[in-house]
Amino acid sequence: MAKTIQEINEKIKKNKACVFTAEEIIQYVEKNGIKRAAQEVDVVTTGTFGPMCSSGAFLNFGHSSPRMKIQKAWLNDVHAYGALAACDVYIGATEIPDDDPANKIHPGKFSYGGGHVIEDLIAGRDVFLRATSYGTDCYPRKKLETYINIKELNQAFLLNPRNSYQNYNVAVNKSERVIYTYLGILQPNIGNANYSSAGQLSPLLNDPYYRTIGIGTKIFLGGAVGYVSWQGTQHNPTAKRDKGGVPVEGAGTICVTGDMKQMSTRYIRAVSMIGYGVSLSVGLGIPIPIIDEEMMKFVSVKDEDISATVVDYSSAYPNREPDIVTRVNYRDLRSGTVTIEGQSVPTASLSSYSLAKEIAQNLKTWIENGSLLLSEKVESLPGAESGQTFKPLEIREKGGDTDD
Amino acid sequence: MTEHDTKNIATRNIMLHYPKRLADKPIISTLIKKYDIIVNITRARIDQDEEGTLVIEISGLKKNIDAGLAYLDDLGITFKPVSKVIKRIDERCTHCSACIVVCPTKALAVRDRESMVVDFIEDRCIGCGLCIPACPYTAMEMSE
Repeated sequence: MAKTIQEINEKIKKNKACVFTAEEIIQYVEKNGIKRAAQEVDVVTTGTFGPMCSSGAFLNFGHSSPRMKIQKAWLNDVHAYGALAACDVYIGATEIPDDDPANKIHPGKFSYGGGHVIEDLIAGRDVFLRATSYGTDCYPRKKLETYINIKELNQAFLLNPRNSYQNYNVAVNKSERVIYTYLGILQPNIGNANYSSAGQLSPLLNDPYYRTIGIGTKIFLGGAVGYVSWQGTQHNPTAKRDKGGVPVEGAGTICVTGDMKQMSTRYIRAVSMIGYGVSLSVGLGIPIPIIDEEMMKFVSVKDEDISATVVDYSSAYPNREPDIVTRVNYRDLRSGTVTIEGQSVPTASLSSYSLAKEIAQNLKTWIENGSLLLSEKVESLPGAESGQTFKPLEIREKGGDTDD
Repeated sequence: MTEHDTKNIATRNIMLHYPKRLADKPIISTLIKKYDIIVNITRARIDQDEEGTLVIEISGLKKNIDAGLAYLDDLGITFKPVSKVIKRIDERCTHCSACIVVCPTKALAVRDRESMVVDFIEDRCIGCGLCIPACPYTAMEMSE
């Protein structure tokens, strides 16, 4: 028995929709079976919260008097890209101040950057804007220094080109020295294994073939309503999948947009990764309409059925070698220890499972109380049948062959 | 040790500040050999200017500890008792668990694998400070 999204929305409007989180649904399906669960349940909510470096914000300041065509801009001394129309800028999550020592004294601290500017804006704190330009007849101002606040901006929206990675690497370090990565501090000789996925709660792992999640899908983004605006960069629907269709390595991604003025710093947080850089943790959740039994089967996926690829970040990863160490599942990762090369290895997560749960729960509440209706996707993401891959960059001469 | 002795045993956590002129003196060794004090070094740091900070747990007979501390005082080493050195700013913690693999005493640990909440068990904390740079959200702080 198939349901349409319109039928589900009618139930949501009458406060009669039956909603589970992607964690709660597992037991429900185990007890009642796929068929009955598909009939009874209308929506399953997902969530994830973790560092997502491909994030950033578009800001419009309004025009100063006299007007200025902002060429270069800094927010709290962090460079924002200004080569757009006069008073639009884009601040990227990973930008660091021009005078930051970075890794000159290794490992660098990276205590402030683009992610922190975004968090400061969402927190409602004043941010110092400095801008320069060359001056034109219509935009004569060449310099500008002022404080701005998100309340006064015309628009402030996140446009994150790659969020919510469908599965991710587990990082280990097979070398003899400590290494500092975007997946945290990795102790030598496989001293720890760090991962970053909400596993069974993660949005794209609950809709592995992007049947319901597509362009136009309404989502939870940073505590507010946002949208999937495009396929994400590096979207790779042809990644390796297991029998159930679940990718065993980084696969699909989404580009998302949402109004920062409605967001909360509980779900958008700046990140300082020692020895690596600055980033932004993004809280994101997607409601999945249970349109048929197949969708119910997909959302009932559990941690033990989701594998992740363990990669050596001291050698294979930086050198872009295809070698993998092994595969482990999320039940074992979440248990605190995994076995890698016969050795018991403690695990740590860079994403927060407890916030992922909270986000899925929030979405559930929004739908149950009728404040969030589901949207129909307006276009599908490229699927496994598209043949689209994640291509590497080969270093080459103009018009010539690659050097390897 | 007799029962009388056991009653007179004391354990204290102290933070010492070494000036540069004492950097090459065998001070800890003296505390152990001359004053019969058990010393457990929980944190040690030498700055670029060769001044040092040391957090130690000392235990022994009360009279020996008093004599040992008087010896440090005579040398011109400043010291102060340490109670809770590390604190967590709870509203900054996102419970990611990046800290748990660097904590040597499992003072930061995920005990409930359902909620996946990271607990800070202060009794287990030795003030080593390894969690401070490991936390992406600057939720761990040293209060001195």
